[in-house]
Amino acid sequence: MSDTVKFTIDEQAVEAKKGEKLLWAALKNDIYIPHLCAIKEEKRPNASCRLCFVEIEGIPNPVTSCTMNVEEGIVVKTRSPQVDRLLKTAFELLISDHNLKCSQCPANRKCALQKIAKERGLKLRQKRFKTITRDYEIDDSPDEFAFDRSRCVLCGQCVWADREKAKVGAIGFTKRGINRVVTTFEEVPLAESICTQCMLCVEACPVGALYYK
Amino acid sequence: MQLIEGEKEKILACVEEILGSNSKKQEDLIPILQKVQAKLGYLPGLAMEKIARGVGVPAADVYALATFYNQFRLNPPGKHQVKVCLGTACYMVGGDITLESFERRMEIKEGETSPDRLYSLERVACVGCCTMAPVVVVDDEVEGKVTPTRVDGIMLALQEDNSKGRREEKSGQEAGEVK
Repeated sequence: MSDTVKFTIDEQAVEAKKGEKLLWAALKNDIYIPHLCAIKEEKRPNASCRLCFVEIEGIPNPVTSCTMNVEEGIVVKTRSPQVDRLLKTAFELLISDHNLKCSQCPANRKCALQKIAKERGLKLRQKRFKTITRDYEIDDSPDEFAFDRSRCVLCGQCVWADREKAKVGAIGFTKRGINRVVTTFEEVPLAESICTQCMLCVEACPVGALYYK
Repeated sequence: MQLIEGEKEKILACVEEILGSNSKKQEDLIPILQKVQAKLGYLPGLAMEKIARGVGVPAADVYALATFYNQFRLNPPGKHQVKVCLGTACYMVGGDITLESFERRMEIKEGETSPDRLYSLERVACVGCCTMAPVVVVDDEVEGKVTPTRVDGIMLALQEDNSKGRREEKSGQEAGEVK
């Protein structure tokens, strides 16, 4: 018995290792599926960004591809009216409180949000939801990087890097709902926290929230 | 929040006692936090750090829990506790304006305690007497139809009570000296 499975994504024949998640199998085969919170090494994905929806034949509703294991013979579609609608809503909610001064952003042109917008023909302006402007202070206390929460998409990539790669535990999610932010213990500036300034979180940030000075 | 004299030892002893009599797995974190808050009245940073070390999770995770659940408070309860209702009825008739007046008069934000620990300000969702909206609960006394002018009156009464307390303390001390 082989440990690979064969299936199709958008009518393209794809091979992947058994137990692999659909999202990573697609990306490896140059099929783009929008995603922000997905982490390949994570055993139990958060599936919190709600961007990586796909349709699988036989399953009535779209599913998040970061949590679906690949299976022999499944027929996957990355686009459908339902998928597009879910993605559009999730994306618009994300940018409704996002600092959209892209020209001043260090991640301009390599930003994950810009990539999603380009790939799926979405606009970076939305009118459906009330726009929220955040007046978070920029934390520029570390020597070589800074943290601007107004650009944070709460994907959790930096928290994962901090915990699992750097093994420090300086940052984490705090508060809830609309007030949720990534911050240090008691919200002190990074330089005053136990942060070692290894900058793995800066590398992990898909947008311009954590950036080199 | 600045700790007052002798509070540090009290916090450390309290946390130690609760950690000692509890299993210290990650899922025991919330019960531990609840017990510490029941004893101390709030969750000081020092306690959260010590609990984190005891349970073996980053302090940021304990902070995440304490800020996620409304039942946990990070500031000590003041001598006078003011709770402003922002339930639907109170909100509609300007409960947020009442809250703002208190914030201005106490010079603290909602959820905080004044540095002298005389006042703490909270928001609550419905006290159960919506006909009196906007409602404020001052030290377990319900006040109805609280306008910004009434806020001034309430604050005046609280200040009067504070200075009276201080006078009594003083005369009590003097009486003790005479003896």
